[in-house]
Parts: sequence; structure tokens; C-alpha cells
Amino acid sequence: MDTFKDLFAELWNDSGNPVKLLIDSLNGVGENKGHNESGINAVQKIKNNILLETNREPVLLIGMGTCGLANGAQKVYDAFVEQLKQKNIKARIVSTGCVGYCAKEVIVDIKLPGHPRISYAEVKPEDVPEIIEKTLIQKQIIQDKTLGIYKTNAGNNGWDHVEPIEQNPFFRKQKKVVLENCGVIDPESIDQYLAKGGYYGLMKALTRMKPEEVIGEVMDAGLRGRGGGGFLTAKKWELAANTKSEKKYLICNADEGDPGAFMDRAVLEGDPHRIVEGMIIAAYAMGADEGYIYCRAEYPLAIKRLEKTIKDATDYGLLGDNILGTGFNFKLKIKKGAGAFVCGEETALIHSIEGKRGMPRPRPPFPSESGLFGKPSVINNVETFANVPVILRNGASWYAHIGTENSKGTKIFALSGKVRNVGLVEVPMGVTLREIIFDIGGGIPDNKKFKAVQIGGPSGGALPESVIDTKIDYESLKKVGAMMGSGGLVVMDESTCMVDLAKYFMDFIQSESCGKCIPCREGTKRLLEILKRLTTSHRSEVSQDESLLRFQGMVYMERLADVIKNTSLCGLGQTAANPVLSTLHYFREEYEAHLYDRKCPAGVCRELLTYHIDTDKCTGCTLCAKKCPQNAILGEIKKAHYIIDEKCIRCDQCRTNCKFDAIYVE
Amino acid sequence: MDTKQIYEKYPANDPSILIPILQEIQETEGYLSEEEMQKVAGFTRLPVSRVYGVATFYNQFRLQPLGEYVIRVCRGTACHVKGSLDVLTTLENELGIKAGETTKDLKFSLETVACIGACSIAPVISINDEYHGHLTVKKIQKLLASFRKKTKED
Amino acid sequence: MRITINDKECWANPGETILTLAEREGIKIPTLCYLKGLSPTGSCRICVVEVEGQRNLVPSCAFPVYEGMKIKTNSPKVRRARKTIIELLIANHPQDCLFCVRNGNCELQSLAAEYGVQSLRYQGERRVRKQDVASPSILRDPEKCILCGRCVRICHEVQNVGAIDIVERGFKSYITPAFNNSLNTIPCVFCGQCVVNCPVGALSEKSHEKIVWNAINDPKKHVVVQVAPAVRVALGEEFGMEPGTVVTGKIVSALRRIGFDTVFDTNFSADLTIMEEATELLGRLNNGGVLPMLTSCSPGWIKYIEHFYPDCLKNLSTCKSPHEMQGALIKSYYAEKKKINPADIFVVSIMPCTAKKYEAQRPELGEDYQDVDAVLTTRELARMIKNAGIDFNKLNDDYFDDPLGESTGAAVIFGSAGGVMEAALRTAHYTLTGREMDNIDFRPVRGLEGVKEAEININGTCLRIAAVNGLKNIDHFLDQIKDGNSSYHFIEVMACPGGCINGGGQPLPSDPEKTEKRMQAIYKIDRELPKRGSHQNESVQRLYKEFLGEPNSHKAHELLHTHYLRRDIE
Repeated sequence: MDTFKDLFAELWNDSGNPVKLLIDSLNGVGENKGHNESGINAVQKIKNNILLETNREPVLLIGMGTCGLANGAQKVYDAFVEQLKQKNIKARIVSTGCVGYCAKEVIVDIKLPGHPRISYAEVKPEDVPEIIEKTLIQKQIIQDKTLGIYKTNAGNNGWDHVEPIEQNPFFRKQKKVVLENCGVIDPESIDQYLAKGGYYGLMKALTRMKPEEVIGEVMDAGLRGRGGGGFLTAKKWELAANTKSEKKYLICNADEGDPGAFMDRAVLEGDPHRIVEGMIIAAYAMGADEGYIYCRAEYPLAIKRLEKTIKDATDYGLLGDNILGTGFNFKLKIKKGAGAFVCGEETALIHSIEGKRGMPRPRPPFPSESGLFGKPSVINNVETFANVPVILRNGASWYAHIGTENSKGTKIFALSGKVRNVGLVEVPMGVTLREIIFDIGGGIPDNKKFKAVQIGGPSGGALPESVIDTKIDYESLKKVGAMMGSGGLVVMDESTCMVDLAKYFMDFIQSESCGKCIPCREGTKRLLEILKRLTTSHRSEVSQDESLLRFQGMVYMERLADVIKNTSLCGLGQTAANPVLSTLHYFREEYEAHLYDRKCPAGVCRELLTYHIDTDKCTGCTLCAKKCPQNAILGEIKKAHYIIDEKCIRCDQCRTNCKFDAIYVE
Repeated sequence: MDTKQIYEKYPANDPSILIPILQEIQETEGYLSEEEMQKVAGFTRLPVSRVYGVATFYNQFRLQPLGEYVIRVCRGTACHVKGSLDVLTTLENELGIKAGETTKDLKFSLETVACIGACSIAPVISINDEYHGHLTVKKIQKLLASFRKKTKED
Repeated sequence: MRITINDKECWANPGETILTLAEREGIKIPTLCYLKGLSPTGSCRICVVEVEGQRNLVPSCAFPVYEGMKIKTNSPKVRRARKTIIELLIANHPQDCLFCVRNGNCELQSLAAEYGVQSLRYQGERRVRKQDVASPSILRDPEKCILCGRCVRICHEVQNVGAIDIVERGFKSYITPAFNNSLNTIPCVFCGQCVVNCPVGALSEKSHEKIVWNAINDPKKHVVVQVAPAVRVALGEEFGMEPGTVVTGKIVSALRRIGFDTVFDTNFSADLTIMEEATELLGRLNNGGVLPMLTSCSPGWIKYIEHFYPDCLKNLSTCKSPHEMQGALIKSYYAEKKKINPADIFVVSIMPCTAKKYEAQRPELGEDYQDVDAVLTTRELARMIKNAGIDFNKLNDDYFDDPLGESTGAAVIFGSAGGVMEAALRTAHYTLTGREMDNIDFRPVRGLEGVKEAEININGTCLRIAAVNGLKNIDHFLDQIKDGNSSYHFIEVMACPGGCINGGGQPLPSDPEKTEKRMQAIYKIDRELPKRGSHQNESVQRLYKEFLGEPNSHKAHELLHTHYLRRDIE
């Protein structure tokens, strides 16, 4: 008997709902009505086995989320399979989700019988023989690969000198609430989720609370939408619950489109049951009997896992008709998004599910009154739903204890860019950006200086060092010109040009604008053109008008940005100008250098660069002159060369090819 | 492969199935032909203009066949600050096509994608769903050479 | 609800929008995408206003009022936003107003003037798209399009044709038929509702002005013109008159001054149509013919049924539309009488309609020569009058020529939705009972509602009738016919909402209030005429006596009836 499902038929009489009884006994509650001693023992036994407390053979857990796979997890997996077979070692290999430490992928955890689970980082296929030899056979630790161990009650069996994984600097300041299971459990195993206390929140809600009490609990917890806006989640549910209708819908927005954010994907891939549980609770609270998960088609693994999750949950009676014997029905379907950033906007997302172009419509009416197919609907994002089970499980006061006065709980950030520890981090609201970037993220690599951090993706803003002691909560971020957004945190160092960054975001928004409303459709295009003109050299301007336009653009940019912000139909347009406005606010001198001096101080805007040869370093090898497609480099052999600026097209060929680092740009 | 079985899976005259059915047809056929879009219009009882409007709205849909190798350049923020524009330009120059196009010999299609979530190995591209990270101009040239060799051998 | 708008307190109705309130309070808020009667899309943002407590400006067309709301419709912030939006539109516009068909009558041009746009603040790339000039009725110029979406919504939501839609996304988006086809290769019905709802010059009629001028200037050509009923209650608007001003006599004067040789009234053949159509209906009723019979005078509607419901074609009356009947008679009856070679006759129809342009060139309509050679919309006629240097307002009334100039009240009401039905009933009643209807005004089929139904008992025969306008409304009836369970005997169908008075060739822009006034004018003409039944038209009677014999005779069939084509689409 390996799974909980095997128990259903045998160990309980039919006086109660077997899944309900199972969850009860897993969480040590209830009066054990209908339980028998052997049943409870069997549950415990399976639980221990599932949680690898009592495994008899070695278990290898390989992080095979998208980031793991991108770093070659499949090759590591294959290597283990092959090597274990060769060595004739019996071991179980489990693929897990992402533990968040992307910079250290591929991460392989090993749980030997009687030993604590140990986590190895940056495992490459060629490391596999050593790991098998040292750890699986000799039960030794490979120190320089170790991230830490997962402490157990069973004792550490000689591995006491190893730091617990929570003490690793990357994890130390994090607080894993939503991500508690990510990278730890097998996301495709409903039993592991159950064994970790999963679906207990759902059971509490469905069997012991009225819908309005569930809303009250989530309200008291102070959970706010994690998709960006920060609207009180329970308030949304309440509005829909109070709208009278035969039919209501619940929608999970899993169309994560922020180019630099992958929090939702990690949860979808790493702990999908948590989202489904949150959705069922929400559906019960607001009175929906049908739900959709609108997931990016670019997340095939997430979709595959969600499909399995829905199937398993339905098999266990946690989805479908008469959930947990309570008479509550909820069906859940997956809709694949077809690729449109604007579908993160709830009315656009609704149109997309309805089979239309994903264009938003004016609100009111809000979806809570008239949403999908004209019925009251609630839309929350992945992370929001993933917060719900734990609120129900541990109670509102436990949850409200985390975070700040007005921003409760934790927030997941995708930390990337010019930072050492790229990855997924979950921190309590109220920590500072500095703590995330320098303590958790390990600071800036290559001895470069921190310049800015972009928070909130294309809707957010770039914040300089002067404000990175800002506490992370919805209001404080707004005050400094950024926003929580979905949770992308892109760190930039001195070699990032802020005009280029603004241009990048404007390019993105411009190409993702749905085109419905004029300010966004036409205005973002003009803003982009203004930014592009700033980064062009006078050489590419054919007429005087163009250089006039360049200055005009700078004059009108803020006015235009302001109108776009004030008049656009949806959030995409209303926030479209934020990257421009925030960089203008904090880095105006960089704009001015582009405008007046036609110089890019960060050395990024290629057209504005001038290539030089350091005569001290140049050996006269003539390679650059040969590589130059414009014949812009002159010089005699074995003598320092020279670049004719008028001919140079800034193709960078000379610099990338120079073996002596003699070519530099200004 | 025939798309007939796809239609059998969906209810007729239901506009809300439009996107899933187009997705499935594209999965089978590789792209959306005019003929199939006409069929879908008839099947869903939507004007064909609306089907075309939807097909041209979403990034995922393509109205031309794809190349044998689909190269997706991540244009996420993390990749951008690590030089993904250079990666894209290099690929465009090497292949002689712009993003969104396919080479005449139908060997390579070049696309951009907004963050594939492999920020740790930025800048990154995927070729037929296999990731290649920490790219430089030189690495790309090598990579392309190996794929070109592959297609010649085929 | 108590609301403060521009510092003035007023009362608003729950559920209404800021825009309707402002309109009532005499405050003008500009709109571009707004269409009365359809749900707001809020896409153009030109109607934004400031509402206290709202973070951003809100679109007044979509935003409902609430108790205690404080609105500013004219603050500096609002004005700046509107001006910027106009500037953004102009930046992506050809700016060739001088050569534009909408010069002087363009909503964007007016807004630019009202908001004082005097320079090109933003400049850059413009949308480049080819014009579509291939259709016989409608020209499309996507470069002039401002993507307000009015045409698309009318085409889908009101006409249920869906010929065009917005494609692509963002700055690249534009409006087109599927696969960038031309309008003439797709199931567009050429009703022109898109044209009368376009704020700019992106959609216009295919002009026949030049070929008409050429014919007039050709000494060998005998140019005969005829005027549809709905034109006479709308043309005045082009010369600054109130909507609904009746200018029949002035039109005749103007046409003579332009140089037409003979000026006839399409109303004549409207009466004739009734004689033919009523006879056909009674024939179907008495001989177990296909029922319900569907009227056939709206060419957009004909194309619609040919495309989308070809199985119902046998239900269509075989009568040609009135101006086609008139054309056929001009080139036969009139030509004989005047001893003119029909080859030298050039027939011009002044129509409130763009589909008539397409209809005129249908090969079924004409044998050796097309029945009608050119079709001018009301708008084109106005331009020709201006072009000819005629001061329309000062013209005296003049009268139509014989023998195709006389008409009754039954004919003029063809111009308004439900009119054909009412006219047919007047004559059917007379034919069946030998006396006029007790109450000649048959109100159940009047008005602008899309579907009007009635039952009428004539001499023991109970007729179930419906009058439908706006093509979306007809599907329900056609589905019944297709399924064989329609209980109607006679259904009038007009492609355009409100009928010809709101046709695709009428003065711009389409507006329900204007349509209402035109309708009232139509019924006023009817009311004031001495003869109000088509059977009373003496010229029609003479025509039968001298030329056709009797209604539905062999000769009548040859000249006045036609057949239809299946135009199956996938």
C-alpha cells in the first residue's frame, strides 16, 4: 500500500467521507469518528514514507523546473539513471520543482536512508559519478557542492557539521510561506501535498465555515492581490458573493507576462495543488461552481502539471461534484493563453477566454458584477490563490502577523539581472530592497557598482541606490515611483543605460499594446520614437527637422507620458509611462547627456559610442583592421592602429576580436 | 495529418472554443492556413473576419509555415540588460531574416519571446525548445554553424 | 441622484452615463467611438472627464453616475488630454484634408479646430496600408482610419455581416476584411452603414459623379434621373436645413439646372412595385405558393440572403427594386413613347443607398443595357449641386416629368422601415375588399424598432406580418423559414436600421435623432397627399393599360421581375 488512495476502500467504513477522514488524521484533528486504529497507523506509515522520513533506498530529487531544465537538468537526470544502472544501485529518482536558487541550478537533493536530506548545487552530468561514489556509496558529503541539509527529527547521523539549508545566505532572510513546498516535494504527487498539510485549509473552510466566514478570515488576514494592483482579495470575493446570479465564475490569472518575472511559473510547476486548493476555497467563498486557469501557452510544463493536478484532485473527490461530501461543486478547466501581455488585464483575459481578441473594456461594470460570459466573476493571480490555503490552515491572525501594517504576508520576487544570486525569493513584506539585493542576492558581480533596480516590470519603475532602503509594501513602493507589480526585480549595474532601459520597456509595451485606445496605441509609439531619437547619432539624421524633433521630443515627453497615464483604458496603458517617468525622475542627467552631448555614459547606446584604440595596448597585429567591414581602421603592422570615426559603424567587431583588450569605447 | 478529428472534439456554433481550436490546428499543421480559418469560421459560426482578427492578435498564432528550427530569442528584462539585443541582431544578420520571419529554405524561423524564465543563464535563446544560455556573438556563430551542418546532413 | 457637473448641481437618473447627463444639461462632450444604442467600448478616450476621487480621467460614455458625484468636463487637465489625443491621431493621419472626400465634414478635422491644434507636436511613423477601391459601392482607405471601431461594431452588432474587423495589434492594427481581401470578394452586402458611421474619410461611397457629369455633357445622351423617396427628406441637411425638411420640389429644380434631360420620381415605380408585389403575395396566398414572402427592394438585404441564407431565396419576392423597375421602363416604355433609342438613354438614380450602386451593375438587372447606368447617393447629389454653383436654399419648387412622375402616399413611405409593408397592405386590402382600409395609417409597422409584428384580418384572411430592419434582426425569421416553422405570411426587410431614411448613402453621420425626424417627414408627406394607395396612381394604371397589361403579366415579368443567386459561403 503506497498511496492514500489505496486506503480509501479498505480502512474506513462508509459512515464518513474517506478523504475528509484522511485529511483529519493527517493533521491530527477530528474525533477520529469512523477511524480505526489500523487506519490511522496506515496513514502515518504512508505519510512517513512519502515525506522520505523512513525511506529504505536512496532517493534523488532533481530540480526539473524550467530553470533547472534550461541549465541541463535532463542531462543530469539521464546521467544518474545510467550511472546507477551501471553501478547496480537501487535508488529512486524524483523530479521536483524549483527551490528558487536558479543561479545554482542544477540542484540535486539526496536523501539516504537514515541521513538527512542534503542539497547539492550546480551539478553537471560529469559530477554524477563522483556524487554516486562519494555520497551514495561512501555516505560522504561533497563539501563544495553543498547548499545545506534539511534537518529532521530523526537526527543527522554524522552530518551535524553541515549547515541547515535555511542558514544559507540565500535562504536566511527569506520566509517561505507560499514556496514552502517548491523544490521540496514532487509537484505531481497529491499524496506528498496532502502529507505536507495540503487541503487541510480547504477542509476547514468547507466543513466548518460558511462562505462569509471564509471571506471574513481572508479579509482579516489582509491578503491583497499579488498581481500588481494590491486590491483586497476578500473584498473582490465579497463583491461577487453579493451579486445575485445562478452562475458565477472563478478565474486564475496564470498569464504571467512581465518580461523578467517567473514567480507564478515556479509555483505552477512546483506546487500546483496549492493553487488549486486556493481556488476551490475561493470558489466556495464567492459561490462559483466553475473555474478557469488561464495559463500562458509558453509554460508547457506548468500546463502539464496542472492537468495532472486537476485529474488527481478530481480522483480524490476534491474537485468536481459534492466535494468532501459537503454538496459543494466546483469544476476547473485550463485555458491556454495565446500570447498577449495585455491579457493580464482582467477584462482582456475574460475576452480571451470567450474566444475574442484580448482587448480590455471599460470598468464599471466590474467583473464581480458582470464578468465572464456576462456572469459575476472573480479573477485572482496565481500567487494570490497560493496564499489562501495557508491562511485557512493557520488562521488569519497567524498570517496577519507577517508583513507590515497594510501589506500582509510575503511576496515572491524573481531576482535577476546584474546580481550574483539570480533566483526566486520569498520575503516577508517590509524587508528592504537593499536586503533582497545585497543580502539574499549577494550583491553585484564582477566588481561593478549597483545602479538601479527595476521593480514591477514594464509597469514599474527603476529605483536608484538612494531609495533602496525603501520597505517593500504596496504603498511605499508607489511613493518612490515604482509599484509592486507582479514581482520582477531586475538589478542593474553601472553598465546599464537608463535611457536604453526606458526604451526597452517602451518597446515592449508598445508592441504589446492591444491598440484599442488611442493614448496607448498612438502615444506609446510616439514615446518610443522620442526615446529612439535620443539614442541616435547625428550621423543618422538626414535633415535638420529631425534634430529639432529630437529636442521637441524631450520637451513634450513628460506631457505625453502624463496624458497616457491619465487617459488610457486599462492598467497596461495607465502604467506604460512609468519606466520613462521614473528614469526621468532619478536619472535625468543621463537623458541630458544623450540629448545635449550625444553621449551614453553607460556605453550602451551604440550609435552614440566612439571607438578608440589604446595605443599602449595595441600591438599592431592588424586583426581589427582585417575584421572591420568598413575599412575604418588604419595602421601599419606592429604599430598602433587608429579608427576613423566617420567611417565606423559601431559594429563592435574590432572590440570583440581584439586579443589585447586594446579597443575601448566612450 | 488531418484536422478533421480536431473539429470532432469541439461543440459546433460555440464562439468560445475559437482560441483552443486554433491552437490545436496550429499544433497539428504548424500554422493557420486561410482554408482552415475559413473552416473554423463556419464551424464556430463566426465571421471569418473575426477569426482572422483573433489569429492576428495573439503572438502564438502564425499564418505561415515555420522553419525546421525555431529559434526563440528571450527579450526578457534580465536578458536585455545582459545584451540580448546583440544576440538578436547577430541572429538576424547571420540568418538574413528579421524576427518573426522564416528563411526561404524553411530551415530557420526567428522569433522573440518575452522572458522564458531562464534568467539565470541570460542571455538565452531556445532552439526547438532546447535552451542555450550565456550567449555571446561568437557562441551564436558556432551554434548556428552546428545547426547548419545538421540540416545539411539530413 | 444629485450630481455636480461643472460646479452646477443637477439631477441624474440612476444607471445613466455622464455623457447622457451632460448632453441633457447642455454640456458638449466630444466623442469619436461612441455609438448611440450600442454598449460603449470606451476606446477613443476623447470623451474623458474629471471625476473627483477618481485617480485618472474617466470616459464619460461608459462611466455611470453615482450619488454625490462631482464632475468637471472642461478642466485644463481634460482639455489637455483631449488635445493630446487629437494630436496623436493627426500624427498617424495622412493630413491631406484638402483632397479628402470628408473635407469640411470630418469629425477629426472639427475636433482639431475646436481644440486649437495648430502644430504637429508629435511626429513619426505612420500606418501604411493600400486602399481598397475594387468594390462597386464602397471605398476603404485604411490610412485615414482612426480605429474608432464604429464601422466594425455596426457591421457585426447591427448588421450581423462581419465583413470587416480589427486585425493585428497595437500600433500595427488596422481594419480589413479577412486575409486583406477586397470588399468585393467577400460577403460584404454594401449596405454602407460603415460609411455613414465613419467619422473620417476612411470609408466612402464609390463616386459616380464623374460618369454622370460626362453623360450630361455628352450631347448624344438623353440623361434621365430619378429620385428615391428617402432622399427628399434628407438632402436639405447638406445645405444647412433641419433634418426632416422636405425638399422634393427643390431637388427637381436643382436636377434640371444641373442639366438632366428628364426628371422622374422613383416613387412612381414604388407604386408600381406595390401593384406587382401585392399581386404576387395574393397569388402565393391563393395558390399555395412559398410563404412567407419576403420583400426585395433593399439590395443590401438581397445580397445578405444570397450569401447567408441561400435556402430562403424562394421566399423572396421576384419584384425588382423600384428604381430598377423604373430604369427598365425608361429604356422601354418611355423610350418607345419618346422615340429615343434606348442605347442613347442614360439612367441615373439618386438613392440614399450604397448597395444600389452594386445592384445597378448586377447582370440580371437589364438585358441589352443595364436598367440603371449610374447611382448617386444623397451626398453625391449634394456635391454635384454645389459643384454646379446652385444656391439650393433659394431654389423654387418644380415638378417631376410625366409619365413616370406621379406617385401616392404609399410610395413615399417606402423610405421608412415598415413603409413597404403598409403600402402593400393598403393595396391588398383594396384588392381583396374593393374598398380602402378604415384606418389608412397602419401604425403597428411604423417606427424605428428593429422588429415590428402585426396581424391583420382582410376579408376573412388573417395575415401575419412582420417588418424588420437592421440585418441582425432578420436571422431569427430566416432560421424559422429554414426549419420550416415560420408562421408569417409576409415580411418586409430593410437592410439599414430605420430603413432607407438611414441608408448608407444619406448625409453623415448617422444619428437616430436625425433618422426619427426624416421618418416624421416621410409620414407627413404621405398624410398630406390626396391619394395614399398605390392602386390609385393613375399613371401606373395608364402604364398597365398602354404597355404592361396587368400586374404580374408576362411583359411585367420580363421587365419588372428578376431572379437571385446562391452565394454560398463556408
